[in-house]
Amino acid sequence: MAEEKKNAEEKTSSFKKLLSSNLTWSVVAFIVLIIICTIFDHGFLSLKWNTNTGGLAGPLITMIQESARYLMIATGMTLVISTAGIDLSVGSTMAVAGAVAMQMLIGGSNVWVAILCALLVGLLIGCVNGALVSILGLQPFITTLIMMLAGRGLAKVITSGQNADASSIAGIAPLRWMANGFIVGIPANFIIAIIIVAIVGLLARKTAMGMMIESVGINPEASRMTGIKPRRILFMVYAISGLLAAVAGLFATASVMRVDVVKTGQDLEMYAILAVVIGGTSLLGGKFSLLGSAFGAIIIAMIRKTIITLGVDAAATPAFFAVVVIIVCVMQAPKVHNLSAEMKRKRALKAQSKAVAA
Amino acid sequence: MSGATAKAKTTVRKSGAGKSRHLDPQMIPTIAAVVIFILMLIMGQVLFGTYIRLGFISSLFIDHAYLIILAVAMTLPVLTGGIDLSVGAIVSITSVVGVKMTIAGTPSWIAMIAMIVIGMFFGLLAGTLIEEFNMQPFIATLSTMFLARGISSIISTDSLPLPQDNNFDWVADPIKIIDNPKIANDLTFNMGVVIAIVVVVFGYILLHKTRTGRTIYAIGGSRPSAELMGLPVKRTNYIIYLTSGTLAAIASIVYTANIGSAKNTTGVGWELDAVASVVIGGTIVTGGFGYVLGSVIGALVRSTIDPLTSDFGVPAEWTTIVVGLMILVFVVLQRAVTAFNKKE
Amino acid sequence: MTDKKPIVVMKGITIEFPGVKALDNVDLSLYPGEVHALMGENGAGKSTMIKALTGVYKINAGSITVEGKPQLFKGTLDAQNAGIATVYQEVNLCTNLSIGENVMLGHEVRDKIGMINWKKTHAKAAGFLAEMGLGSLDTHAPLSSISIAMQQLVAIARSMVIDAKVLILDEPTSSLDANEVEELFAIIRKVRDSGVAILFVSHFLDQVYQISDKMTVLRNGKFIKEVVTKDTPRDELIGMMIGKSAEELSQIGTKKTRREPEPGEKPIASVHDFGKKGSINPVDMDIYKGQIVGFAGLLGSGRTELARLFFGADKADSGSFTFNGHKLTVADPSTALRNKIAYSTENRRDEGIIGDLTVRENILIALQATRGMFRPIPKKEADEVVDKYIKELNVRPADPNRLIKNLSGGNQQKVLIARWLATNPELLILDEPTRGIDIGAKAEIQQVVIDLAGQGIGVIFISSELDEVVRLSDDIEVLKDRHKIKEIENDDTVSQETIVQTIANTNVNSGKEE
Repeated sequence: MAEEKKNAEEKTSSFKKLLSSNLTWSVVAFIVLIIICTIFDHGFLSLKWNTNTGGLAGPLITMIQESARYLMIATGMTLVISTAGIDLSVGSTMAVAGAVAMQMLIGGSNVWVAILCALLVGLLIGCVNGALVSILGLQPFITTLIMMLAGRGLAKVITSGQNADASSIAGIAPLRWMANGFIVGIPANFIIAIIIVAIVGLLARKTAMGMMIESVGINPEASRMTGIKPRRILFMVYAISGLLAAVAGLFATASVMRVDVVKTGQDLEMYAILAVVIGGTSLLGGKFSLLGSAFGAIIIAMIRKTIITLGVDAAATPAFFAVVVIIVCVMQAPKVHNLSAEMKRKRALKAQSKAVAA
Repeated sequence: MSGATAKAKTTVRKSGAGKSRHLDPQMIPTIAAVVIFILMLIMGQVLFGTYIRLGFISSLFIDHAYLIILAVAMTLPVLTGGIDLSVGAIVSITSVVGVKMTIAGTPSWIAMIAMIVIGMFFGLLAGTLIEEFNMQPFIATLSTMFLARGISSIISTDSLPLPQDNNFDWVADPIKIIDNPKIANDLTFNMGVVIAIVVVVFGYILLHKTRTGRTIYAIGGSRPSAELMGLPVKRTNYIIYLTSGTLAAIASIVYTANIGSAKNTTGVGWELDAVASVVIGGTIVTGGFGYVLGSVIGALVRSTIDPLTSDFGVPAEWTTIVVGLMILVFVVLQRAVTAFNKKE
Repeated sequence: MTDKKPIVVMKGITIEFPGVKALDNVDLSLYPGEVHALMGENGAGKSTMIKALTGVYKINAGSITVEGKPQLFKGTLDAQNAGIATVYQEVNLCTNLSIGENVMLGHEVRDKIGMINWKKTHAKAAGFLAEMGLGSLDTHAPLSSISIAMQQLVAIARSMVIDAKVLILDEPTSSLDANEVEELFAIIRKVRDSGVAILFVSHFLDQVYQISDKMTVLRNGKFIKEVVTKDTPRDELIGMMIGKSAEELSQIGTKKTRREPEPGEKPIASVHDFGKKGSINPVDMDIYKGQIVGFAGLLGSGRTELARLFFGADKADSGSFTFNGHKLTVADPSTALRNKIAYSTENRRDEGIIGDLTVRENILIALQATRGMFRPIPKKEADEVVDKYIKELNVRPADPNRLIKNLSGGNQQKVLIARWLATNPELLILDEPTRGIDIGAKAEIQQVVIDLAGQGIGVIFISSELDEVVRLSDDIEVLKDRHKIKEIENDDTVSQETIVQTIANTNVNSGKEE
């Protein structure tokens, strides 16, 4: 009897765990969005083989293609947020990296050199953020806010204020392929992004990197006392975030071979934060889940696709995302979690005071 | 009282009196801002000959009255260690709504009230997210910023001119005090400047003469302490974000009247200009120290950067980088001062 | 005392947290003009009880009556309005504001239109401070310019502003030296005589006996007994607090024989002129393998500061450190750990545990840090290390995957010791390893210290409880006012009294540098 009861308890608790897991909810949300889209567009799930591109085509494929850039910035943002920081400059870094690549291609550089330089510039921006936060001890959100502002300026300076267009330049095939190509029918950028996420994930969990990042996010002083060097960790996560943002910038600009110094990467810091929050990493730092953030990134691409499928004005997108952030954060708030316990307490006290009065 | 107390007394007196005679190191950034402002004006005057003229000063105030208001608005949350990133977006949504209403024939004073109500709504929303749902201020106001900007873009993405003979003009109409034959030497102001001055006075009184203001400083010093001291922390935080939202709407009225039109992209990046003003003016980004008047100086410094860079022939793209570097320098200066104080 | 009416009556107080009953049906009554001590081990529910009375926690059952009126506090403000003021261990004032403002915050003098009149406000603050004999304080000076002890008195002055009927003092003496405690007590008596009910919480039994009239004892969240202080012998009180008899207690940790260095033996660690300006004056000392060196001294004597220099938590700016025959510059904890020096902090919460990581991760993290980020410990080796120390140190619950923040203080301390042992230290510095943990765990940790020395580790043992230092140490370094004043070879002739006398009778400024 007792054994049985215990078993039943275990079952309910694992069920509860499943229910409380962010991953479960992400999958549910993803399916719901697909259903909504399919209702509005019966061909939403259809996949066709496009012989021109040598890959699959369909609404889901374009969604996956778009998700690649979100996967990149969400991964970087997860590590940064885990250290109790934030990187508001990812969108601007994307624009800078894209601007560097496009401007160099226009200037006649080899495409690989252009890609390498774009990545290096992203890394450099990340390193500057990292240095300011770790060495000077500035607040992350102020530091990266400044970088967000200055980064836009930098992108404009690089292209002299123009929207550099490299689509007619010869020899850009590899970069174009990176954004629009296919590997065995699946978008190349998505596969590249997944590989990068997997590498970061392996590094984080198979070495001590993840534990040390979390440790610094939870308690920097205690971490220092265990021999960890929190400054190095902080520097590292911002550098990684900058590098990954540069990859995202390449994805975003290479698909049209054009950088829009105002719009490339605009608002994307918000998407990255949202992906991390959906993935279940607390904005206060500490434990992180790269898998959760990856799901979050795909959901964001899916939400955007849904907005388009429903025919909502593109201008509404930020407002829509703001509402989603607010809802997710409100649902994660301790107040909402404790609601039932609080109600129980009030009822108990009321009953008691009645009893006393009687 | 025991002898021990007497001994303690004397040591305290020594340290107390010694400290108050010193220049408070916390004042250094503010003083630096004043010096920089004066140097900028002198440099502009020497190189370009137009900066220390009544006309220049007049337009500095008239064109940037909105920024002064935003700087006051931003000072309150920053003093508590928070931030309000939504001020620029509130300017955008309120101006679009206000102009749209005016175009539709609504009397301008009703449009203005609607603008202020919208500003209050977003401030209240941010306050609720922060206080009731434990969101960090920058996340909460980043959300309301996106929300406001998004709604503003849904309403219209066109440039909306104010109709002729609207009643926004009373805010923008120049009032000449000194009418010089040379326009550059005119001393003018408008109601927008008056509104900005009223807002600054309001900010000063709020912070230094009311209990709410002192609670703002206390929260900036240590929120847990403020709570344990029984101060109305929650209510005060609501007041802070409500006020910053409302002041952003007022800034919007002043700006819209001056420009005579509205667009959904108005106010992009203004939250940063406001943060820049506050930080340059000596308010510590981690909270607890700072002054409204410092923020006004900061806003003037920020405003002088634009004409100065353009007179130097620096391309406009560079402006944001210059502003970014400027904030950075001041934040680093604050860090240094705080670290120095701790050592003391 | 029977003729007085109680100001506060707390009856049947129950507070539940998810999964735990922190308080279970506890009663407490406070009378005017009395100092009432709330006694119990860590985790007994003292601070929860205080937080219920100050409106920080909401109660699940029971009633709170203040001056005959039933109260349901929704927050600290409600409690203050009911006349309940609190002074916490870590002074909860705002260091960015002036002394006067801190006294008057929320109660500033206002004129007719609601504007603060600063002149009158400061004058009023000065008046309250003067009542407590602090009339010479400049109310315009920043709070950060006075000592922690003074800040505590300012906090008490604040309670007079709100005309408190009840004053709660939560561990007010833990960061004060003996003189400062005397000052504080003088003021407590003054406040008491003015008819205020005082609730006093302290770990120091001497102080409780010195100041309190009555005591309420809690254990494991349950009400045990209310007693009159002067009628209750100490052993009886301790028995009530821990649920064990006094005899059981006296058997913990007997004094061992002193380990003498062999002739010609080189010390494992030796420092010369080792110090840091403003924190500890230059010190010379040696530690041998398998020796326990105790640091004795009051809080602020420089004992923690000296320990932190050994570990590189702070950087020494003078002198030399020879470790295992090599000159060593410990620039940071990382260097220290790689050279097999470990330091367990006195500040478990802020510098010790990494709360949201598991017990396992907390044990392994320092060892991992010495190996570097990209050389993970093989799983098998890690499992062995974790199992070994959980068993050896008797960590309960013995679940390596539990978050450390969910363990009791004593078990957190054991995990931290496990963390340092996992790095195989040759010199282990334990700073207050037994502070704030229950007596059972204390005895276990003391035994561990003796065993470690037996294994040949050099141990520096720091504790504010002198009897512990005397019982465990081979050598005792006595510190006072940031100077090392004496080195005592510990033998049967040495007792707590010897050390107290040494501290009391040595004048730091004569014969020493400066």
